[in-house]
Amino acid sequence: MSNGATQSHADSQAWGETLVEVSDLQMHFPIYKGILRRKVGAVKAVDGLDFDIKRGETLGLVGESGCGKSTCGRALLRLYDITGGKITFEGQNIADLQGEDLRNMRPRMQMIFQDPQACLNPRMTVGSIIAEPLDEHEIASGAEKNKRVRELLTAVGMNPEFTNRYPHEFSGGQRQRIGIARALALEPEFIVCDEPIAALDVSIQAQVVNLLQDLQAEMGLTYLFISHDLGMIRHIADRVAVMYLGKIVELAPVGELFKNPQHPYTKALFSAVPVPDPEIEAKRERVILKGDVPSPANPPSGCRFCTRCPVAVKKCFDSEPQWRELGSNEGDREKHQIACHLAG
Amino acid sequence: MAVKDLKTVFHTQDGVIHAVNGISFDLSEGELLAVVGESGSGKSVTMMSLLQLLPMPPAEIIAGSVKFDGVNLLELSPSEIRHFRGAKIGFIFQDPMTSLNPVFTVGFQIMEPLREHMGMSKSQARLRAIELLELVGIPSAADRLNDYPHQFSGGMRQRVVIAIALSCDPKVLIADEPTTALDVTVQAQILELVRDLRKKLGMAIIWITHDLGVAAGIADRVMVMYGGFAVEYANVGEVFKSPRHPYTAALLETLPLHGSEGGERLLSIDGQPPDLIFKPVSCPFAPRCSFKVDRCLEENPLLKDTEDGSVDIHEVACWYDLRKGELRE
Repeated sequence: MSNGATQSHADSQAWGETLVEVSDLQMHFPIYKGILRRKVGAVKAVDGLDFDIKRGETLGLVGESGCGKSTCGRALLRLYDITGGKITFEGQNIADLQGEDLRNMRPRMQMIFQDPQACLNPRMTVGSIIAEPLDEHEIASGAEKNKRVRELLTAVGMNPEFTNRYPHEFSGGQRQRIGIARALALEPEFIVCDEPIAALDVSIQAQVVNLLQDLQAEMGLTYLFISHDLGMIRHIADRVAVMYLGKIVELAPVGELFKNPQHPYTKALFSAVPVPDPEIEAKRERVILKGDVPSPANPPSGCRFCTRCPVAVKKCFDSEPQWRELGSNEGDREKHQIACHLAG
Repeated sequence: MAVKDLKTVFHTQDGVIHAVNGISFDLSEGELLAVVGESGSGKSVTMMSLLQLLPMPPAEIIAGSVKFDGVNLLELSPSEIRHFRGAKIGFIFQDPMTSLNPVFTVGFQIMEPLREHMGMSKSQARLRAIELLELVGIPSAADRLNDYPHQFSGGMRQRVVIAIALSCDPKVLIADEPTTALDVTVQAQILELVRDLRKKLGMAIIWITHDLGVAAGIADRVMVMYGGFAVEYANVGEVFKSPRHPYTAALLETLPLHGSEGGERLLSIDGQPPDLIFKPVSCPFAPRCSFKVDRCLEENPLLKDTEDGSVDIHEVACWYDLRKGELRE
């Protein structure tokens, strides 16, 4: 495919420089009640995140449903007006951009959605779905546009003759490929993948993950890969952030995190994932958490995990742990960050 | 329970969908059989056929028998089968929100089968309901009887559904993807609960799942389904250690290895699952199989025991012997 522009763009930038930087990102959704619809509180879906994403890397974001993973991804792309904090994309603060300025940023960051059935308009042909971003941003028209659509379909491993078909004629895995082609249409640098494989069958998941990795290598893409599938995260991510109730509790390079998890929640999460090997399953010790995730409208005081934490002490209920670095680190990329009073 | 050659079809406008094409298995007392397969492989339809839970028409069970306690369940009339559903065979569905009725209290829903099947009085049923809720680990059970399903969290709701399924001391429990809608930490709680309940109550369980990890963790035996056929049926250790059907082997290889660092490409199975509208005459997996020979396209292999002379059973439906690397007779 002709990704000349993207390619040269990626080449001119050093791999590993910071592409996206987030500091104290907050996204609260107001709760209205009563006849007068007065604001009575807020769901603190994302409540103070600090992290950065380097060019060309895949940052994995894991957590249970309702912990704010998707909200975080959408807030990064400014699909919401965020409540507070800073999002720096290539040195430019995009947290407060509005109107035309924001619109001009859009082509550089795109999103791949979870449900390929829901994210494609059933009344549009595949060709017009993929061409829509090109029309919208007035990138290409006429024969050039058609050529581009066919290139995109080829790039995601589909037959370019399919442009006149409708989404219902395709299987789940193929629909996800169409969603990926649409996300690639504007040659973005940064893509938020929001559970791109969760709705697919096991035998199809591997196909889509391989495609995403190939595209990344080819076009120098940067991914934020949101998933609850820890096995897949371990496979695809360079660094992993673990979220719980609107906060990142631990962030480390993938090898370090899986070998040496420090936060009690991370440990519990890892131990809860079933391993497809009966021998390991029979032997291993499990940390079974009690209860459920508390409501983000009314998070517990102190450490947010204290209500379910198996090792919590009094301090955990009283004060919120600081986001800090653990131990010695060689270079910037090896940082192991955590928010826990007891670790380290 | 013994299921023999069960075949279920759906009559649709576009033709006949062959959803289940001759499934046979035995379930001994206290055994946990995991049924593994992708969506559309016929896992749920098989289990719903056992209890005639499918709407007929469009569904039709065209062949087979289900022996349970000396009775063929498929020959029973709707009013007769009602004595089995919920009483001797419990059923847990995937989504706890949709399988509970939102306008009745949880207590009412647990007491309903007790009064219907066991003939208990209201106060007896109430006591038993409290006992059941305590059994599945719901704190302050007596107070929660009057709560409605929406006042429970996802994991707690699934516990309630399990309590209902267990209410009449069933001999067999059929669980259709009971943890798929739940988070991993909550799934771990439910799996732990089921392990515990099996020790206490000792009923046989059929556990439908698409998660090989879950199957590895709880099953005694595993049946792998593909395109409406059972393609492999063996002890859990055997299936995971030495899979003998190319589909099972490929499926295990597509998973990122436990303990691997990542980096290497995932192996993937090319192509799509079969369209069930075509009458199955060839091996359903043949178009995606890397070991296929001409015979696979002409004749569908039957599920056969490959463990000659040994006590264990390891049944595989394939013309190709993965162990020896040659064709079977």
